[in-house]
Amino acid sequence: MSANPPHSGNHSVVLATETPLPLDCGISLEAVNIAYCTYGQLNADKSNAILICHALTGDQFAASRQPLTGKNGWWDIMIGPGKVLDTDKYFIVCSNVLGGCMGTTGPKDTDPKTGKPYGLNFPIITIADMVRAQALLQDYLEIESWFSVIGGSMGGMQALQWASAYPDRVFSAIPIACAARHSAQNIAFHEVGRQAVMADPNWQSGNYYASESKPTAGLAVARMAAHVTYLSEAALHRKFGRNLQDRDNLTYGFDADFQVESYLRYQGINFVDRFDANSYLYITRAMDYFDLVEDHGGSLANAFEGTKTRFCIVSFTSDWLFPTSENREIVHALIAAAANVSFVEVETDKGHDAFLLDTPEMFKTIDGFLQSSAKSRGLIS
Amino acid sequence: MNDPIKFVPKRDIRVDWQLIADMIEPGSRVLDVGCDDGQLLAHLAETKNVDGRGLELSQHGVNICVSNGLSVVQGNADTDLVYYPDDSFDYAILSKTLQTTHQPHVVLEQLLRIGRRAIVSFPNFAYWRCRTYLAFKGRMPMTNSLDIPWYETPNIHFCTLKDFTTLCEQMDVKIEQSVIVKASGQVMTRASYGSFANFFGADCIFMLSKKD
Repeated sequence: MSANPPHSGNHSVVLATETPLPLDCGISLEAVNIAYCTYGQLNADKSNAILICHALTGDQFAASRQPLTGKNGWWDIMIGPGKVLDTDKYFIVCSNVLGGCMGTTGPKDTDPKTGKPYGLNFPIITIADMVRAQALLQDYLEIESWFSVIGGSMGGMQALQWASAYPDRVFSAIPIACAARHSAQNIAFHEVGRQAVMADPNWQSGNYYASESKPTAGLAVARMAAHVTYLSEAALHRKFGRNLQDRDNLTYGFDADFQVESYLRYQGINFVDRFDANSYLYITRAMDYFDLVEDHGGSLANAFEGTKTRFCIVSFTSDWLFPTSENREIVHALIAAAANVSFVEVETDKGHDAFLLDTPEMFKTIDGFLQSSAKSRGLIS
Repeated sequence: MNDPIKFVPKRDIRVDWQLIADMIEPGSRVLDVGCDDGQLLAHLAETKNVDGRGLELSQHGVNICVSNGLSVVQGNADTDLVYYPDDSFDYAILSKTLQTTHQPHVVLEQLLRIGRRAIVSFPNFAYWRCRTYLAFKGRMPMTNSLDIPWYETPNIHFCTLKDFTTLCEQMDVKIEQSVIVKASGQVMTRASYGSFANFFGADCIFMLSKKD
């Protein structure tokens, strides 16, 4: 099985056809579809490939038009000719995660056993399972080692998992605004989101695919609650303050009087058009289960023992979802493992979402790190 | 954004940095504690081909380092050295940072645990200009290299050359090499590190190791 010469564009491939993909939960998945986008050209010795891992509600359209929303890619600001992830130099791959809803096998796809959508019959997946699926894609593309694996939030978790599980297949890793294990507070927020989805009568225990009505109200509430955690108090205040929405006075009712309410409602309503509620349950669960410390006998340093991978950890001062302290734990473990590690905390009031936004200090950091890594890999002299 | 990495220092290399560089074997593993904006690390990478890492307290310094392609983490010499494994570096460098730490003797211990050798440079507070400044002006000395007033200086644990060698003795640390520099930047020849050096030396650089 061999890929055609990779080129920019949207792709889809069915893998694990001969050997099923074993999952952490004990079940194996057969014939896994992986939807991915690529940008730039793979060089002759296949040493310039960068894997981008997307976050909870991201997708493979990192730098291309999202087909459902028509909007630009979620990391357009980072990817392109002359940008930090320079498509003139690097071959960029971004795949939809296992359990996702944009083409990679997930709960809305047909269960071969029943001929109906999986729904809750889809096996519980983990971050490690997502990475296993990406490793199949790496094999399929015949790329021996990624020049870099980069991602923010859940994407950062995948980057850590990659470096830990496949150290020889990752030359450098850039986990941004993430943690080696999901905190109790973050699990709590996810539980709120899941309960909102499951409390929606239209959810129907996950069997809503044939119905007219989808659990959009529940999913929208989940998105609204989560969205608050992606911002910061300072950013909310700067953007909205107590400003009123299209009115001069309070209405003494429950309309969206405040701009911040209107904004959140808009975020919620838009989200449900592009995301599957069951996928949201499964992917939040995967994040909750992520614990590289526990996986390595209680010592995170063991996860990276003897690693040759170069690491660059980035955190943001106003991120309270994945605060600097949790990123620093990764740094300390990497230091203890004698790994080559850089760590920058970027000063910003934009909160967790800073990794998706115009954050020049982050650009400079990653650019410097990638250039020195490229030098050490022999990509540039 | 796509300029090649500039390892060229922005200004002339600091005198003590060049002297530190002279002490280092090419191709060795080096940790620079308190590496500021990475000029010494960059100099060592370029001239000595070292595998260099840095620890720096100021976010500004760290960001400059990483943007320039250096492997540097943000952290505190007083609290973060404990995370480094034993003997993980050939040299652990502390250049003009000792006097800014809360527990210089603990930092020194950590340096010798992490590095097979420690290289420490610091300003000598018994330098004659400091002595006369205090004696005649009755105020905290300010010199060319100590140019920040007492209420703003990050230097909280000044020591003299003699204080330092006494501490080394107490800690049973071997002094492998010492270089004492005059205010002019000239290295004092045949001065060793006795009273003469303690009077005329402005800056000191020591290479230390654990006694077997």
